[in-house]
Amino acid sequence: MSRHTLSVLVENKPGVLARVAALFSRRGFNIDSLAVGPTEHDDISRMTIVVNVEDLPLEQVTKQLNKLVNVLKIVELDPAQSVQRELMLIKVRADAETRSHVLELVNLFRARCVDVAADAVTIEVTGTPDKLEAFIKVLDPFGIKELVQSGMVAVGRGARSITDRSLRALDRSA
Amino acid sequence: MTERMTGAQALVKALEHVGVDTVFGIPGGAILPAYDPLLDSTKVRHVLVRHEQGAGHAAEGYAQATGKVGVCMATSGPGATNLVTPIADAYMDSVPIVAITGQVASNAIGTDAFQEADIVGITMPTTKHNFLVTDPADIPRTIAEAFHIASTGRPGPVLVDIAKDALQAMTTFSWPPVMQLPGYRPVTRPHSKQIREAAKLIVESKRPVLYVGGGVHKARASQELRKLAELTGMPVITTLMARGTFPDSHPQHLGMPGMHGSVAAVGSLQRGDLIVALGARFDDRVTGDLATFAPYAKVVHADIDPAEISKNRHADVPIVGDCREVIGDLITAVENEYANGRRGDYTEWWATLNNYRSTYPLGYEEYEDGTLAPQYVMERLSAIVGPDATYVAGVGQHQMWAAQFIGYEHPGTFINSGGAGTMGFAIPAAMGAKMGRPERTVWAIDGDGCFQMTNQELATCALEGVPIKIAVINNGNLGMVRQWQTLFYNERYSNTNLQTVRRIPDFVKLAEAYGCVGLRCERAEDVDATIKKAMEINDVPVVIDFVVHQDAMVWPMVAAGTSNDDIKVARDMAPKWDSED
Repeated sequence: MSRHTLSVLVENKPGVLARVAALFSRRGFNIDSLAVGPTEHDDISRMTIVVNVEDLPLEQVTKQLNKLVNVLKIVELDPAQSVQRELMLIKVRADAETRSHVLELVNLFRARCVDVAADAVTIEVTGTPDKLEAFIKVLDPFGIKELVQSGMVAVGRGARSITDRSLRALDRSA
Repeated sequence: MTERMTGAQALVKALEHVGVDTVFGIPGGAILPAYDPLLDSTKVRHVLVRHEQGAGHAAEGYAQATGKVGVCMATSGPGATNLVTPIADAYMDSVPIVAITGQVASNAIGTDAFQEADIVGITMPTTKHNFLVTDPADIPRTIAEAFHIASTGRPGPVLVDIAKDALQAMTTFSWPPVMQLPGYRPVTRPHSKQIREAAKLIVESKRPVLYVGGGVHKARASQELRKLAELTGMPVITTLMARGTFPDSHPQHLGMPGMHGSVAAVGSLQRGDLIVALGARFDDRVTGDLATFAPYAKVVHADIDPAEISKNRHADVPIVGDCREVIGDLITAVENEYANGRRGDYTEWWATLNNYRSTYPLGYEEYEDGTLAPQYVMERLSAIVGPDATYVAGVGQHQMWAAQFIGYEHPGTFINSGGAGTMGFAIPAAMGAKMGRPERTVWAIDGDGCFQMTNQELATCALEGVPIKIAVINNGNLGMVRQWQTLFYNERYSNTNLQTVRRIPDFVKLAEAYGCVGLRCERAEDVDATIKKAMEINDVPVVIDFVVHQDAMVWPMVAAGTSNDDIKVARDMAPKWDSED
């Protein structure tokens, strides 16, 4: 099994997320993470889907996704040729005695402290899944009280945009 | 042209504009506004069915008989959910239908209102696409889009769910609307490089076979197929969905592949060195165990749906495109190969295949006690009714016998539920097929199990003047399930005996109760006369209760999950593949 990151441009319409999610469950594909949000164009949303599959099922995933009428374009992003980020908020136990240790780690990981209470701090950190995993590991001894993580978002490196051609298709149909 | 009207009137107008002449349906609360303007339409005939499932299958039968989009209509909640089975059936067999359902008013959606069901959510995995419309201004465009999606590319069902308030509100109607489908671009033109690769494999191969699926008829390419077959001299096999696409009488036709296919057809796949798959999808009922399927064959796979290619079996040469264009281009490419002196020689291959054909022809058991063999009924139907009729089957043993023992000469003359295997398909689908092509004789071939699922549409047929003929192959059992119990469950017949031997129900009386003619035939010597009598009645539907032997089985058979190599021509009898090689 290997991890693949798919950027999926979809029409910004109600129910599109449900269609994509339904397709994955119906075809028996597993989603590692999924993030959806607006793009630079009002009519297009972008999903970043991380799937853990063999190459052959991946071809099926993309072909089946392409058959969804609301899907405009699918691009697989190579980790080496793209920037991939997740966001994590993590609430960790930190009293007067341990707080400075925790803050030291926050600085080392270029994270940010976004809330402080008497016996806990909340930290915001972004990065690759590997970095977030490492951060969790070092904070674990202090006592993690709560953790929330976004799906991965990713964008290809360089000047090219994957939205250009889809925009032209949208303009033609409007 | 712009006009003020209600959403419901806009719906009916849009249906008229896309060329709909027949709608099968049942009204109810949420769809009621649409039924009022329907009463005034001179172009659209609404056929009031007795169950929404019948409406859906009738739309499928209509679509398959005419090549146009079939239309069914139902109300919200249970009306819509009763359409789920035919929609799933149409999805599996790529039948273009549009289902229009009423939905509760938009402000009530999500509140568990009376007769509310999330039919868009329910049918998401079984439709090519579906829509929820809450703004009356969107109705004409959505109908245009639904018909476009259903009928182009790989055809399939599309559902349009319309909120009641959108049907009632006033809107401005204009035609044609501008479709907004930026993500829908089916590929129909095949890639020329792939075509050349395929032609090269065809002339290089020694043991090729043309594996023809339902997509060839859907592309209206049976003429082109015949030309390609005769040009190359390749053997042809036609799947359940393709029966009739290539004439059964043609010497190059080996029959149907698959679980109940002919030994020659199955053998051509298992022994061949090249499979040219045209509009077929390597269904598990054709391949058997995939690991041992066609072990010596390279695969050229042409289909309009890219997702079918290499889904089950790796394609050495993938071709995405409409089968008519693909086959046309293949003919040219093969002619080019011939012009350059490259030509395949299949003489030895034909000797092997002819040996399979002559050693293992289709056959069946006759009974000394004089009870009817169901296969004999099929043979006589084929001989007396002939290849110019349309045959519509349900699902089970009778369907397989209809596929095996009736000779099909013309494309689209065998309509049945292939992928989904929907029992109860035949009666409503035959009704739809007859309404779509009233000039043709339509025979439904049904089992006693199937018949009892949807025979209420006989009332619709009798009242609407749809004189179909129904041959009920009555063995008193859920015959195919019983066959599996015989073979794989030590003859423990759990819940397969329908006891129609006790005449509950009496199919002749049942037919009469529905205003049809009922006939019964129990002996071989009466079969011809009964069929001829049914042929003479053309004003009302005719039901023939063919009471047949309950132990008749469908052979050959590749047991589910086993290898095609282990096909049995009868119980415990396997063919010898290499005896003459």
